[in-house]
Amino acid sequence: MSYTNQRIAYGNALVQLGRENRNIVALEADLGKSTMSHMFQQEFPDRYFEMGIAEQNMASTAAGLSLTGKIPFIHSFAVFSTGRAFDQIRQTISIGRLNVNICGSSAGLSDFGDGSTHQSVEDIAIMRAIPNMTVFCPVDANETGKVVRAMAEIDGPCYIRINRNDYENVTSEDTPFQVGMPTVLKDGSDIAVFAIGIMAVKALEAAKALEGKISLKVINVSTIKPLNAQAIIDMAKDCKAVITAEEHNIIGGLGSGIAQALSKECKPIEFIGINDTFGCSAHSYDELLDYFDLTPESIIQAAQRLNKSKY
Amino acid sequence: MDKQELIKKLEEQARVLRRDIVEIVGVGLPGHIGGSCSSADIVTALYFYKMHLDPKNPKKIDRDRFLFSKGHAAIVQYAALAELGYFDKSELKKCKSLGSILQGHPDYRKTPGVEANTGSLGQGLSIGLGMALGLKLDNIDRKVYVIIGDGEIAEGQIWEAAMAASNFKADNLVAILDNNELQATGPIAERFNTNPLIPKWESFGWNVIEINGHDMGQIIDALDEADNVKGKPTIIVAHTIKGKGISFAENAVEYHNGALTQEAYEKALAELSC
Repeated sequence: MSYTNQRIAYGNALVQLGRENRNIVALEADLGKSTMSHMFQQEFPDRYFEMGIAEQNMASTAAGLSLTGKIPFIHSFAVFSTGRAFDQIRQTISIGRLNVNICGSSAGLSDFGDGSTHQSVEDIAIMRAIPNMTVFCPVDANETGKVVRAMAEIDGPCYIRINRNDYENVTSEDTPFQVGMPTVLKDGSDIAVFAIGIMAVKALEAAKALEGKISLKVINVSTIKPLNAQAIIDMAKDCKAVITAEEHNIIGGLGSGIAQALSKECKPIEFIGINDTFGCSAHSYDELLDYFDLTPESIIQAAQRLNKSKY
Repeated sequence: MDKQELIKKLEEQARVLRRDIVEIVGVGLPGHIGGSCSSADIVTALYFYKMHLDPKNPKKIDRDRFLFSKGHAAIVQYAALAELGYFDKSELKKCKSLGSILQGHPDYRKTPGVEANTGSLGQGLSIGLGMALGLKLDNIDRKVYVIIGDGEIAEGQIWEAAMAASNFKADNLVAILDNNELQATGPIAERFNTNPLIPKWESFGWNVIEINGHDMGQIIDALDEADNVKGKPTIIVAHTIKGKGISFAENAVEYHNGALTQEAYEKALAELSC
């Protein structure tokens, strides 16, 4: 099993895109060594704009670059690139449907040491609510590069959520990626688990632990918006219940989207996520995920509850 | 054309735009008359003298760009675009009605000739900077002109953009500050004092030119002077009168976004007729 990092995969993909298309430009707000946009800077210094610690100006400047035919990628931690620059993203980038691509790095709890101010529990909710916005949460490093490529091609604003830490790939370099198409990572027949990011890894662990007892179908929903409601319905069809798993507030994120998609299907749903609270500091990522019950055990327990209940 | 003749022609054009403004606003519905009239002479000089544009090919790559960061004054831009033939003048009367191509604030996707969605104050200068950087990347020797308001510069992002533009030596970016001294609720100096303007912009690394924003000769001289500035952005601080050209609306805060009665409408049109 290869342990890789989404940030490095992101940086590599951006450099590769830059080689193929001279219109690709990158803007950074002094976190380039963390977001890995500095990889692009090293190869394309003329197409890299260090905007200082000024995310709002960075977002609007990217809009202007887009309006001259460039394809900008803007970078910061997810909490800042979505929260600090919300109005700029909404007003000019999204109403104008510009091809500005927003990188939310160190998303979720993955910046474990820095605590609540730097951890994004609401970035997906914010981005999902903006018309014209496409929202991605790649499941692993292998999928990250494919998402970056798709973002450049989509004629409109896109958001990508990137995990700070190393974890194993659950897809291969050859796994096909299609915008808007959830993919089955492991087939199963009792309960469908729709998951994003590292929670897909936790769901696969839960599925393995429950083998022979409860059959979990694990689905990677890397395109959170537009959410393919028909695919979600089809994938859940043969299962009696559903679990959603995300490293994000249970309000407004993947779970909300899946529940809406399945609203006419009369299937019980359990939501695994951050329970409407802010993060906090910890010495390790795993410690923090455990603290917030973002674990295989939580998914196992939810599956057991759903399996026992008579809906 | 000799300069006096040019100035006369532009002044006449500005009168036409102000008349259009009154016709767009009409009777009984609110419209941003004050800030549109304070910008009218500057907008005229940009669209009818300074900028290289092709109304038949609004997206022509080799063109100057104009952004109304104080997007609420869009109606004067709409008047200019209609007069230049970007769209039919009959659209002006439909402004802000359901389905109109002319929205309450500039809309890049709906209005030919509008370069970006602006109106959430404080953002246009940053957008203009992005355009200026994009033009430089492609070695296109054109300029980006951004009109900002003096109330608007309370927005922090203006100063982020001001720092960034001098940092990037964006000498193809020209801001024009429509300094009409009134914001929505009253005199700026009394509400939230943004003075002193000149040293502020100079200290942010800008070339500053101060003019009377209703003196057409001064406006075109300032725009020409900006062409020769290298290595730094230029801001033209234009002292203006809110509501300029309509006697009862001049310096009258109620016409920031006010409606005209039938009587006021007729009086305004009469004042703006040749």
